[in-house]
Amino acid sequence: MLIINCPYCGERDESEFHYGGEAGITRPGHPDKLSDKEWGNYLFMRKNTKGLFSELWFHSAGCRKWFIVDRDTVTNEIVSIKEISKKI
Amino acid sequence: MKKFSAFSILKEGLTGNKGWKPHWKSVEPKEEYEVIIIGGGGHGLATAYYLAKNHNITNVAVLERNWIGSGNTGRNTTIVRSNYLLNESSKLYEHSLKLWEGLSKDLNYNVMFSQRGVLNLAHSLQEIRDSKRRVFANKLNNIDAEWLDSNEVKKYCDILNISKSSRYPVLGATLQKRAGTARHDAVAWGFARAACNYGVDICENCEVTGFNIKNNKIESINTSKGSIKTKKIGVVVAGHGSVLAQMAGFRLPLETHTLQALVSEPIKPILDCVIMSNAVHVYVSQSDKGELVIGAGIDSINSYQQKGNFSVISGQMGSLVELFPVFSKLKMLRTWGGIVDISPDASPIIGKTPIEGIFFNGGWGTGGFKATPGSGWVFAHTIANNQPHELVEPFSLNRFYKGKLIDEHGAAAVAH
Repeated sequence: MLIINCPYCGERDESEFHYGGEAGITRPGHPDKLSDKEWGNYLFMRKNTKGLFSELWFHSAGCRKWFIVDRDTVTNEIVSIKEISKKI
Repeated sequence: MKKFSAFSILKEGLTGNKGWKPHWKSVEPKEEYEVIIIGGGGHGLATAYYLAKNHNITNVAVLERNWIGSGNTGRNTTIVRSNYLLNESSKLYEHSLKLWEGLSKDLNYNVMFSQRGVLNLAHSLQEIRDSKRRVFANKLNNIDAEWLDSNEVKKYCDILNISKSSRYPVLGATLQKRAGTARHDAVAWGFARAACNYGVDICENCEVTGFNIKNNKIESINTSKGSIKTKKIGVVVAGHGSVLAQMAGFRLPLETHTLQALVSEPIKPILDCVIMSNAVHVYVSQSDKGELVIGAGIDSINSYQQKGNFSVISGQMGSLVELFPVFSKLKMLRTWGGIVDISPDASPIIGKTPIEGIFFNGGWGTGGFKATPGSGWVFAHTIANNQPHELVEPFSLNRFYKGKLIDEHGAAAVAH
């Protein structure tokens, strides 16, 4: 069980949170202008990093805010936690 | 290779069991192979076996970074069935189930395939409708399937709690009688032995560290045991598909998660079928040793760690005890995890990759064991002929760019 330090609420048990997967995937501004390849890459292709991975978490049973966690997917060590700036 | 038979057991029994030989030889890789299979689990070994048996390609190496069967082949809950909803999936898994039915004889190795029947429980009106729809779909695809109401379920498995006062009462179930379990280690060993018998090299403790690609064609690979030349590579790994794809320079739509399982202390025979419930999310069968083998869903976070979160286990134990109050005093002996590669539509990805000569077979997620022989069969065909076997054409990586997903996760109402 991870202990996650919510930037708004402090340390809480993992069960209070929901996982949001890879961080930094931005929806393209003009999907109608994309090729099938670009659209497929945006929708489905993932880094799935082994090692330090930047991911989204949602404090669903707390402040209900999203934030970014950098976590090692091999050791589960959380290296840093930050708020989502306007542009990710 | 020494053929196993009743006579050989009798003979060895009378002569002190001194004549048994190792089932396969683990060797150092040669400088070059016609085909290299990365991953010495069930699917990889089956691929090597069928390359040799069906396509007469025996200059093959299977590279395993650990030991044979040390990954998910030896970590799964051994359920084999083919009652999938969609045509693409049901054809692929039924092809595999038919191979299972003759596998022990074909490999001359007892994989203990036991067609004890699999029940998929329904707990709500919608699940009844979805389950019946799946039964009808199965029948249209010539796959055996039956719908049982709750009393018939009770008759089939009398220790199951069908009380109406349950939080999620059992309202019925689908039954596939030809489905069941097999001994997972024996599957890996049997395929390894049979492949080795055809002259396939099995290289254990040999980890792939890089691909040498020129003009978008594979030329050789680097391993912990040196560089090996080849023109064809079959990547058959679970969990590490994305890592290898990254080495080769293409992308996959996979996410790696931990999937946990556990076994109870051994008890006398009490459960003679497989029970699966998607709604309360647990599945259970009893091994020949008497242990209950129990599994459920994946841990939610991306992880390359072969251990998971206790809360996932405690959730599935709650479901188990609700379905089987008789198990409430049972002690759990061991828990473990494996890392599985989940694709967006919960269907595998099989076929060519953007690199010429590199073929991929992965993304089986939580349900790959049942497909072991079928997966090897179609993947060997794909590698040998440089084009996908007709059963796996719909499962290409391209489907994610064409929007032709095989969305079995949402549609099947069965646990994977």
